[in-house]
Amino acid sequence: MKHSAWEGFREGRWSEEIDVRDFIQTNYTPYEGNEDFLAGPTERTKTLMKKLKYLFELEQESGGVLDIDTQTVSSLTSYQPGYLDKEREIIVGLQTDRPLKRGVNPFGGVNMTKHACEAYGYRLSQKVENEFQYRTTHNDGVFRVYTEEIKAARRSGIITGLPDAYGRGRIIGDYRRIALYGIDRLISEKEKDKAEYGKRMMDVDNIRQLEELYQQINFLGKLKEMAAMYGFDISRPAAGAAEAVQWLYFGYLGSIKEQNGAAMSLGRVSTFLDIYFERDLNSGVLTEEQAQEILDDFVMKLRMARHLRTPEYNELFAGDPMWITEAIGGMGEDGRTLVTKNSFRMLRTLYNLGPSAEPNLTILWSNDLPKNFKRYAAKVSCDTDAIQYENDDVMRPGFGDDYAIACCVSAMRVGRDMQFFGARANLPKLLLMTLNGGRDEKTGAQVAPARKPYEGEYLEYGTVMEMMKFYREWLAKTYVNAMNIIHYMHDKYAYEKTQMALHDTDVHRYMAFGIAGLSVLADSLSAIRYGRVRVIRDEAGLITGFETAGDYPAFGNDDDRVDSIAQEQVRLFFEELKKNPAYRNAEHTLSILTITSNVVYGKKTGATPDGRKAGEPFAPGANPMHNREKNGALASLNSVAKLSYDYCKDGVSNTFSIVPQALGRQDEERYRNLVSVLDGYFGRKAHHLNVNVLDRQTLKEAYEFPEKHPNLTIRVSGYAVNFHKLSRKQQQEVISRTFHEAM
Amino acid sequence: MKGRINSFQSMGAVDGPGVRFVVFLQGCPLRCVYCHNPDTWEAGGEEYSVDDVVRRILRCRSYFGEDGGVTVSGGEPLMQWEFVSELFRKLKEEGIHTALDTSGTGDPDGAAEVLKYTDLVLCDLKFSSEEDYSRYCGGSLGQVLSFLELTGRLDIPLWIRHVVVPGLTDGKENLDRIAELARHCPNLRRIELLPFRKICSVKYEAMGVPFPLAGYEECTEEAIQKWNKLITLRV
Repeated sequence: MKHSAWEGFREGRWSEEIDVRDFIQTNYTPYEGNEDFLAGPTERTKTLMKKLKYLFELEQESGGVLDIDTQTVSSLTSYQPGYLDKEREIIVGLQTDRPLKRGVNPFGGVNMTKHACEAYGYRLSQKVENEFQYRTTHNDGVFRVYTEEIKAARRSGIITGLPDAYGRGRIIGDYRRIALYGIDRLISEKEKDKAEYGKRMMDVDNIRQLEELYQQINFLGKLKEMAAMYGFDISRPAAGAAEAVQWLYFGYLGSIKEQNGAAMSLGRVSTFLDIYFERDLNSGVLTEEQAQEILDDFVMKLRMARHLRTPEYNELFAGDPMWITEAIGGMGEDGRTLVTKNSFRMLRTLYNLGPSAEPNLTILWSNDLPKNFKRYAAKVSCDTDAIQYENDDVMRPGFGDDYAIACCVSAMRVGRDMQFFGARANLPKLLLMTLNGGRDEKTGAQVAPARKPYEGEYLEYGTVMEMMKFYREWLAKTYVNAMNIIHYMHDKYAYEKTQMALHDTDVHRYMAFGIAGLSVLADSLSAIRYGRVRVIRDEAGLITGFETAGDYPAFGNDDDRVDSIAQEQVRLFFEELKKNPAYRNAEHTLSILTITSNVVYGKKTGATPDGRKAGEPFAPGANPMHNREKNGALASLNSVAKLSYDYCKDGVSNTFSIVPQALGRQDEERYRNLVSVLDGYFGRKAHHLNVNVLDRQTLKEAYEFPEKHPNLTIRVSGYAVNFHKLSRKQQQEVISRTFHEAM
Repeated sequence: MKGRINSFQSMGAVDGPGVRFVVFLQGCPLRCVYCHNPDTWEAGGEEYSVDDVVRRILRCRSYFGEDGGVTVSGGEPLMQWEFVSELFRKLKEEGIHTALDTSGTGDPDGAAEVLKYTDLVLCDLKFSSEEDYSRYCGGSLGQVLSFLELTGRLDIPLWIRHVVVPGLTDGKENLDRIAELARHCPNLRRIELLPFRKICSVKYEAMGVPFPLAGYEECTEEAIQKWNKLITLRV
C-alpha cells in the first residue's frame, strides 16, 4: 500500500506492516557534526513564549493551578478546541479549551478528584459527581479487594505511592505510528487482530483482550474526531514535517486527555521526525529556521501539559511533574549513531525557550556517541541543569535500538512493551519491622505477622539477616498482591485505550517494583556488621532507637565491604518478588528510584542503625547518604555503579551535583570533564545519572534541602569541598556572597 | 613503601588537566599565612601502601578520559618523596598521567627522583622576594627557584600558581615580579592565579590556632579574572 505522503522514503518492511523502527533504520540520516547549524528562536516563537511565560507566572501566583474545569470530565472530545494564539501557532491542541486550565479525571478515583479541586479552592460540580455515582472507578475496584493486611502495609508506609487512586501511567504510546501510517491504517490493523483473536477459545484472557481491542478501535476513532475539531484529517499519513509533528502530538494529546497517569512519556520521537525534516529541507520547502520553529512550538505545547493533583500527591512527587520523557541519541544495532540533527534541535529548545524541567530530555549515552554530540550535551548540562543521562550500552542489548524511557529510568521497546507501574517498598522500614516482630516502629501497630522481636541488647549481623528473611518474604508477597489487584482493576476500570491502540496487540508486559532507602539500609547493615549497634527500647518494648559506636564503611566510598551489602539486598529482594506470579504473566522488574518521595519515606520511618534520626529523609534513588561520602564524587559514583542492572532493569537512579568551579576553570574544560565523568561512569555499566552543574541559586536550595544535592562540591581557595561538610554558617556565608554577585 | 595520607579526593578537576584523582599527603615544612589546609601541616595522617593507593586510583581510571590522571598534593608531597616516586613509577607503568602539586620545597635529590616519573608540575610561587618568603611562609625563594630550574632542565611541563591575597600578594608590582620569575622557566605551560578564600578559618578554629589572615579580605571573582588577564599578557 503505497501512499503519496511516503514519497521520497525508502521502502522496507515498514511499508507492509506496522514497524516504525524499520522505517527509521531504512530512512534516517545520522549526524556527526556540531551544533553550528542550529537556529535561534524566531520573532513568532519569542512572542508566543512571552505569552506563555506570563501564563506560567499567573499560574504560580494563583497557587500553582491557573484554572479548573470542574464541569467536564476530561476525554478526547469533551472540550472545544483551545489555543495559546490561534493565529500564530504552528502545532495546535490543548488538554482543555484554555491554556493551563486543568480538566478533571475521576476515572482513577472520584474522591481524589474532589479533594484536588478543594485544595485549590474549587468544587467538583454536582454534575460530575452524579455521573460518577453509578460508575466504578479504579480506586473503588481496588479497595473492594484490598485485604486488611495490604491496607495496613500501605498505611504504615512500608509500601507507599501505589497507583491505586490515580492513573498508573508509565505507558508510552507509539505516537509516531499516527504520523507514519494515519489512523485509518491503524484501525484496520487492529480490526484484523480482533478478527484473529475472535477465532481463539473464549477464555478470560481472550475475552478481555477482545474487549480491549474494541476500546482501542473506538478511541482511535475519537482521536480522529479530536483532530477534526482542530481542522485536521489524521485518518491519512502525515505529509510534511509540520504535519508529522502535529499528527504525533495529537496522539500524545489524546492520551493525556484520557489518562492522568503519574508519568506520561513522549517516547523517542526526535530521530523519527528528523526523517521528515530532512526530506523537507532537501526538497527546499523548509529552512533550518522553520525546522527549529516547528520543534520549538511543539515543545511549548508539551510544557503546557498539566494534571490536577492533590497536595498529598505533590508531597510524593514535588513540582507538578508530568515526566514527558523524550529519549535522545543512542546507537543503532548496526553501529550507526541514532543522533540526528533533530537530536540537536530538541536540545536547542532549552536555549530558544529557556531551561525547563519538561519535557524530560534524556540522553541515551553510549561510549560510541559522536564526540560533537557528547560535547553539546555536556554544554547543555552546564548551561541548564535540565537533562539526564542513561546508559544506552547497558539497555540496548536487552531492548534493542528503538526503546524509550518511561518516567525517569524505565526502558521499554516503543509500541512493543508496556509496564504495570508500582511505586516502591521501604527497605529500611523492613529492617525495623523485622526487629520489632512485624510491628510499626512509629505507631506500634502490628502490620506484618507477629513473630518474636529481636531480643539482645546489641544487634548481631547474622541474626538480623536471618530474621529479615521471613519479613522480606512477607513484604514481597504483600507487595506483589497489591500490585496484582491494582493492575487488574486499572485494566478493568481505567484502561489506557488510546495508548494501547498505539502498541502491538500482543505486547510484552513488565511489572515494575521499586526500592526506597537502599543506602540507609546498606549503611545500617554495615553499622551492625562493622560497628557496634545497641538497641533502645521504649516502655512497651518497641525498638525505637539505636546507639551506634565505631566507624563503619558507608555506601558511596567505593568500599566493597558495604557496597556488596547493597548489592546483596537488591538481589535478595528481587528474587523474593519473582517468586510471586504477576498479573497477566508480567515480567518482574525492579527500580531504585524515589523521585522526591525519599523525603516522605524518611518521614514515615523511625531512627535507623546507621545513625539517621527518625523522620529524616532518605537519600534519593540509589544515592549514598549525604555527608557520608569521604572520598569525592568518583568514589561515590563507583559505589552506585556496582548495583547491577541485571536485577534492576527498571532503572537505578543517581543524582550528581557539582558546581561549575569544581568541574573545571573554563567552559570548554568543564564540558570535556563532564564528558569524561559520563564516559567513566557508564563505562562501569552504571545506568543513570542526573547531572547538576549548579548555579548560585541552587546553593540556596542546597542550604534548605541538603538531600536534594547530596554531592554538591564547591571550590574554595585552593581546594574543593563538599558543601554539606561546611557548617550552616559557612554555607550561609558562601550563599550570601555568591548571591551578592548575582545581583 | 608506605605513605602518610591526609585524604583522597577522587574527583578533582582544577589541579591539573582533565578529571583527576587527588591524593593529599600529610605533613608540610612551610607555614603559609593563607594556608587552606592547616590540618595537613603536622606529621600523622593515615598510612597507606603504594599498592593500596594505586588500587584505589585504578578504580577511577575509567573517568580520566584523554587528559586526566592523578595529582599528588598536600601538605608537601616532596616531604615523602620516596613514597611519591614509587607511586608515580607504578602509575606510569599503568600509563596514567601524573601531576605533582608542590611548593618546590624539599630535598633536591628526592625531588629529582620524583620528577623522573612526573608528567606535569604544578608549583606554587607564593611570593616574589626572599623577605616575604621567610616572613609569610617560612620558606626560601631561592630553593623554589632552583626547584623550578630543575624542572626546566628535565623539561617537564610546568604550571605556576600563585594565590592572590588582596593587600598582600596582589598589586601590579608584585604580579609583575611573579610574571618575571615565571617567564624565565622555559618549560612553563600555564600560569594560574588562585583567589584567596577564608573558608578554611574553621579548620584553624578547630585546631585552636589563630588564622593569621583573619583580618584580610577575600579575593573576588572579578578581581581574579582581572589579574589573570594581566599576568597572561606579561608572561
